[in-house]
Amino acid sequence: MGMGVDVRNRIAKRAAEEIMDGMIVNLGIGIPSLVPNHLTEGIKVMFHAENGITGMGPSPVKGKEDANLCNAGGFPVSVVQGASYCDSTVAFGMIRKGRVDMTILGSLQVSEKGDLANWIVPGKKVPGMGGAMELAQKAKKVIVLMNQTDKYGYSKIVKECTLPLTSARCVDMIITDLAVFHLSEEGLKLTELFAPHSINEVRTKTGCGFIIEENVKIID
Amino acid sequence: MENTFQKIIDIEEAMEHFHDGMTIMFGGFGGIGTPPTLVDGILEKGIKGLTLIGNDSGFPHIGIGKVVSQGRAIKMIASHIGSNPVAGQLMTDGKMTVEFSPQGILAERIRAGGAGIPAILSDIGMDNEIVTGNKTRSILNGKEYLVETALTAEISIVFAKKADPFGNLIYDKSARNTNPLVAMAGDITIAEVEEIVPLGTLDPDEIITPGVFVDFIVPSKGVNWKWAWE
Repeated sequence: MGMGVDVRNRIAKRAAEEIMDGMIVNLGIGIPSLVPNHLTEGIKVMFHAENGITGMGPSPVKGKEDANLCNAGGFPVSVVQGASYCDSTVAFGMIRKGRVDMTILGSLQVSEKGDLANWIVPGKKVPGMGGAMELAQKAKKVIVLMNQTDKYGYSKIVKECTLPLTSARCVDMIITDLAVFHLSEEGLKLTELFAPHSINEVRTKTGCGFIIEENVKIID
Repeated sequence: MENTFQKIIDIEEAMEHFHDGMTIMFGGFGGIGTPPTLVDGILEKGIKGLTLIGNDSGFPHIGIGKVVSQGRAIKMIASHIGSNPVAGQLMTDGKMTVEFSPQGILAERIRAGGAGIPAILSDIGMDNEIVTGNKTRSILNGKEYLVETALTAEISIVFAKKADPFGNLIYDKSARNTNPLVAMAGDITIAEVEEIVPLGTLDPDEIITPGVFVDFIVPSKGVNWKWAWE
């Protein structure tokens, strides 16, 4: 099930609100790559790419691409003032040492405990984990952006992940096309709802129970 | 250019060091920074039965992906093969085995190999059988870690922007990626470079890979990784 551009942008915009001044942020492919378009004006953020860029900027205009300046997905990018380049061990050192404040990524499944499964579909796709395990396990905050359901209509938020885990109990927040969830001490908690969806709709499209925040905010 | 250290060679001379069944480590990330002239040399020489070690399997027609796509490798140690469907197919058909290693840990294993360290301890992917396999575990200060062994290769191939005749290297932007690590981990290291400059023209402070690690320098015939987005 595809998602309209508006829905994708609404998810990206909500994720962008989590980015605070001065943060170091790593973005995955897909919806996370739309997040920079929605940043609050005036905040300073350094985007980190695991192929060795700190301070990644927007895509260059056509014809101005540099073959030797690409993001981790292989697409041309630019750099902002204050950017730096490093080798792969340094790029991942930043992650493992806890210097990357946030990673925003897509997922296939997330469990009610915050387990993340986003790297392998056994028997179908075996792409390899790339840098996902280090990011999920060691970034200070892990935000997942995904559809509430898969193309067959099954919930991607589940009681137990049936796909192999990228990392256990690592997800802090989930933003879907329907709602925003936080993983807290008390468990999975619905905190915000995208209009015009209802809590009942979310309930039928979620594969596990969840707590509901007292005053659920409605996002237009 | 004065070949003071006899390190500057042409592609034909470089190819004398390659043979069937060998282990080759390559620099690059998604094809960017993988030495294209050396890759073409490998294809033309027709060597096979290779074990390839590097970040990923590139794209089918770019980077090390060209070697993989032609079925020249029997084994890969990499973090990712998703951008090269041919690699996935070869793995599924049992024609190439792939050992997956988390990307940053793979880089550290290569660095360890290049720094003469036998292994590192890691807590990445402990929940994951594909990572843990039958690796040795070690307890340090009450916490369990995986022993991740160092990686080396018979030949390392890297791509750099500039070299001087001693083999001091500087890289360009994100084409650096794993190259400085791979350069250290080869029994023989061959650097393909965009430009060879006279001794003394590189600022010692800007050199990323000291020429100590570089055995041979080959001039590049030009890079070919733009197609990925074009």
